Amino acid sequence: MFDLQKYSSRLAIRSDIGESITYAELTIETEKFRDAIPYDGLVFILCENVMGSLLGYISCMTKHIPCVLLDGSKDIELIQHLIAIYHPEFIWLSQKRVGEFVGTVIYKYENYSMLQMRYDRDFSEKDKEINPNLLLCLTTSGSTASPKFVRLSEKNLRSNAESIAEYLQIDENERPVMSLPMYYSFGMSVINSHLIKGATILLTDKTVLQRDFWDFIKEEKATSIAGVPYTYEMLRRLNFFCMDLPYLKTMTQAGGKMISAYVKEYVDFAEANNKRFVVMYGQTEASPRMSYLPHDKAVDKYASIGIAIPGGKFSLIDAGGDVIKDADVEGELVYEGENVCLGYSEKRQDLQLGDENQGILYTGDIAKRDVDGFFYIEGRMKRFVKVMGNRCNLDAVEQFVKVITADCACVGVDDRISVFVTQNGLEDDIKHFLVAKTGFNQSVFRVLVIAVIPKSNSGKIQYPELQRML
Amino acid sequence: MMNNLEKLNQAFVDAFAIDKKYLKDLVYKGVSNWDSVGQMVLIANLEEAFDIEIKSDDIMDINSYEAAVLILMRKYNISF
Repeated sequence: MFDLQKYSSRLAIRSDIGESITYAELTIETEKFRDAIPYDGLVFILCENVMGSLLGYISCMTKHIPCVLLDGSKDIELIQHLIAIYHPEFIWLSQKRVGEFVGTVIYKYENYSMLQMRYDRDFSEKDKEINPNLLLCLTTSGSTASPKFVRLSEKNLRSNAESIAEYLQIDENERPVMSLPMYYSFGMSVINSHLIKGATILLTDKTVLQRDFWDFIKEEKATSIAGVPYTYEMLRRLNFFCMDLPYLKTMTQAGGKMISAYVKEYVDFAEANNKRFVVMYGQTEASPRMSYLPHDKAVDKYASIGIAIPGGKFSLIDAGGDVIKDADVEGELVYEGENVCLGYSEKRQDLQLGDENQGILYTGDIAKRDVDGFFYIEGRMKRFVKVMGNRCNLDAVEQFVKVITADCACVGVDDRISVFVTQNGLEDDIKHFLVAKTGFNQSVFRVLVIAVIPKSNSGKIQYPELQRML
Repeated sequence: MMNNLEKLNQAFVDAFAIDKKYLKDLVYKGVSNWDSVGQMVLIANLEEAFDIEIKSDDIMDINSYEAAVLILMRKYNISF
């Protein structure tokens, strides 16, 4: 995946607590990591934005060790649930969490440890086989403990990283600040697209709301920042446009649709200050990038997700499955490219599966194309919203609420989920429960009490009607 | 009418869905709800409760309950 030796003298990673590692050192450390693993198997990486975590990821990618990236801050119950379904042979995790698991520590690097797992009733060898093309699994939802993973191959990841590096013109002089979570496909793609070009990753677990974050990026002369819409909303409030950041040249935005008026502010700011604001669109299923808005077109087309990335192709299809040729007609957005995932998995045996998509992804997003060939997202076919860039299925949220009260319905817009119930006095219980289940901030949820949940004659909940009540 | 301390406490309780008794030692990222989203909610709550506009610099510095008290006193002339 990464040609570490090619850039051996360059600095690969610099962390916000002053650690650094060169590409040459990475070459050695990834060898040690691989040699520490006694037999083939699946690795769960409990990610944090620290050196040890990233080293584990890079080792797995370089040495072709299949791994799953998970949020290292999740409760033990959620992780145990996934362990029971996937029986990973190894877990790479922060030393401070080792005690929560049953296993033997067989390797350490910095404050990360490799746990060799054992199971009382293990799967058969045949059930544990892993398709040789599978390199990485990512969760489909950052929020729920769904065992549904996206299966990605080295070809998927490599082609997407190359493509991103091409359109963003990434070279070894780039110093991106990596503050997005590593287990999040956007964060992962920041790592991949820079490591393949010999750039220096500035790794931090701080957020834009912390002074340490800004000290770090000023001190280290960060050249780019990547964020989801909410990041840029916070940055506006933090007076980002007046900050003195001469080295920061590129701002990338993905992870959901940002309010067009805000995009315009950033695009205009970038234009006036010799910087670039690049709107991008993707899904984890596409490793993840599918489109970008060329920054020289951004002023005119700021509401657009742009054009397909190099090597990719977009088309629109109508309800009958036919390709839409005319401009300004809505249809489902379909993407074709080498970065389209192999498929999904819901259990260990699924890791044997091959390429089920053959390079074609039906995005589930409704889009249109203008006469100049730029694409615009108009809506979604499926019932999900994005919360802080993470996909969240409204039906899944509804199922959670049903545990508390059966008569309920959930609707939402990005970053805000509304729960309709008919019983009074449950607001706090529902919010607490949803926060515990999804890990989202409680302010994301709103509980509304109404007399009846509107339903059709056939008993189907009328979601559009609820949406109008907001 | 709530006094200033009660207003402050309510702003925190509403932002983080946390019991009053835990407020004193509360810090950014110390509870799951005090993340970036929670921080922005807290700032909005404080602005509304005290009818003030909190400056960008102070948003970053209000990173604990104690810091909130100090900054509101020193920079926004709110007495507790």
